[in-house]
Amino acid sequence: MPINYYIILSIALFCIGIVGVLTRRNAIIIFMCIELMLNAVNLLLVAFSKMHHLAGKAVLETAGTDGQLFVFFIMVVAAAEVSVGLAIIVMMYRNIHSVDVNFLNRLKH
Amino acid sequence: MNALILSAVLGVIMMFSGILLKQKSAVRGVAITGLAALLLVNILELRGIHFFKIDVAGMMYFDRFALLFISIALFATLVYFILSAKDMEKVGADYAEYFALIFFIICGIILVASFKSLLILFLGIEIISIPLYILTGADKRNLKGNEGSLKYFLMGAFSTGLMLMGIALIYGAAGTFDVEKMKFAIETPAVLPVTGMLLLLFSMSFKVSAAPFHFWTPDVYDGAPTVFTSFMATVVKAAVFIGFIRLFDETFGTFQVKWQMWLAVIAAVTLFIGNITAVFQQSVKRMLAYSSIAQAGFMLLAVYAMNTSAKEGILLYAAAYSLATIGIFSVLNKLNDYTFEGFNGLAKQQPVVAGALTIFLLSLAGIPLTAGFLAKFFMLKSVIDTGTGLWLVIFAVLMAAVSVYYYFRVIQAMYFKEGKADITVTGRFKWALVTIAALIIILGTFPNILINWLYF
Repeated sequence: MPINYYIILSIALFCIGIVGVLTRRNAIIIFMCIELMLNAVNLLLVAFSKMHHLAGKAVLETAGTDGQLFVFFIMVVAAAEVSVGLAIIVMMYRNIHSVDVNFLNRLKH
Repeated sequence: MNALILSAVLGVIMMFSGILLKQKSAVRGVAITGLAALLLVNILELRGIHFFKIDVAGMMYFDRFALLFISIALFATLVYFILSAKDMEKVGADYAEYFALIFFIICGIILVASFKSLLILFLGIEIISIPLYILTGADKRNLKGNEGSLKYFLMGAFSTGLMLMGIALIYGAAGTFDVEKMKFAIETPAVLPVTGMLLLLFSMSFKVSAAPFHFWTPDVYDGAPTVFTSFMATVVKAAVFIGFIRLFDETFGTFQVKWQMWLAVIAAVTLFIGNITAVFQQSVKRMLAYSSIAQAGFMLLAVYAMNTSAKEGILLYAAAYSLATIGIFSVLNKLNDYTFEGFNGLAKQQPVVAGALTIFLLSLAGIPLTAGFLAKFFMLKSVIDTGTGLWLVIFAVLMAAVSVYYYFRVIQAMYFKEGKADITVTGRFKWALVTIAALIIILGTFPNILINWLYF
């Protein structure tokens, strides 16, 4: 399959994520949209990695594998971020019994 | 490399010291000693003594620029610990953990300052950000703190997503994450690398809070406990700037024409919004948040110019700005009232503190004889050296003039208004403040004592 299909798919996923972050008001859903963005990147990296591997494997056996390694790092970091992020959302829920991001702005004034 | 490994180890040590040591002063002692040791081993590395020989597969590169910046960051953190470590007790019960998180942030700062591969840049930025989300929300009952930490977390994760997309697109074009090899692979500007470069530009602007990506900054800096705002606004911001400069100098140096105009616009808008909004603030803490945006605008001039004086200047700027802002925040910590009225009559009660504070504010405003003046001078000179963007220089000078207004409002409150500033300070604290004020003046008269480290 040509690489363009993968690029279009992951850009589409990425844009859905961005639109979700900018329009939704529920902290958990915003968070899910951010995860969607990260996974779009993972998909793209793996596709590019395969592409570079096919192009360069005659010269170097391991060509293009660094892209897949990067994906593992993104997964690890995303997991760390989830643990901190959910803790923050829980902390907020304990105090105001809501996960609406607009609610906090209203409280401030 | 010395400092990187030691800082990670120290983070773990601090976590254990929270269990083993019952007294808070003992924990503080361990942290300050550890940081001093960190600074020492880093200066030894600058002098050519390496304790660890590790093959990093060319993903990191400790040149003099990186090592000197790490030394500056460690020194600023040491000053921060000496001045403000006691105030962290007020935030919450997990005293030792705050230090542990700060040591992990230092670990990330070292990664960002010395990356040679985009993987390390990404990891460094994340290692800086994740502990900062926690520190921002450290005061769990405070609603403003909750809001700040949630906002910071969502915006930070969002900009990380943008950055990763940028890295992925550039990887598609270049086939490598290595900064050196990448430079040759993306020499011809095509759609993929240019889009990737723009995404990286936006996400780095998010991280250094440059306009129009600055909107999270005031709320986060205002909501976070003041002790941690002080660290966030100074050392961390300067570190991200070093990463910014290295990224655009080494990776995208070949198509500078493409991004230089973008950066000029971002710098101008940042200077404008930061300075004009700071004028209207009633709280000194919030004013300092906007002032940090304004100072970021000045530091962006170095990214725009990207020549020798820009690189020398950004180091001087990092030192001058960090020391002065840490000093102001340390006094703000002791006050209960964060408005300008809170400073009324401070000069009568604490003449030494007020005097040191005046020097910090003068340095931030860029008055001659202080380090802030020379730092701003280097930034403007670097732009003039490029031969383009004279309008940017004139605009920056005008905005620096605006900044004098809000910095002098604090000085005016301290010296010319009647009032009773509610503050108690120890003798040690006063001595530390005076030493830093002296250091700022010394740096302002002999900047070469810092810059010479780059070459000798």
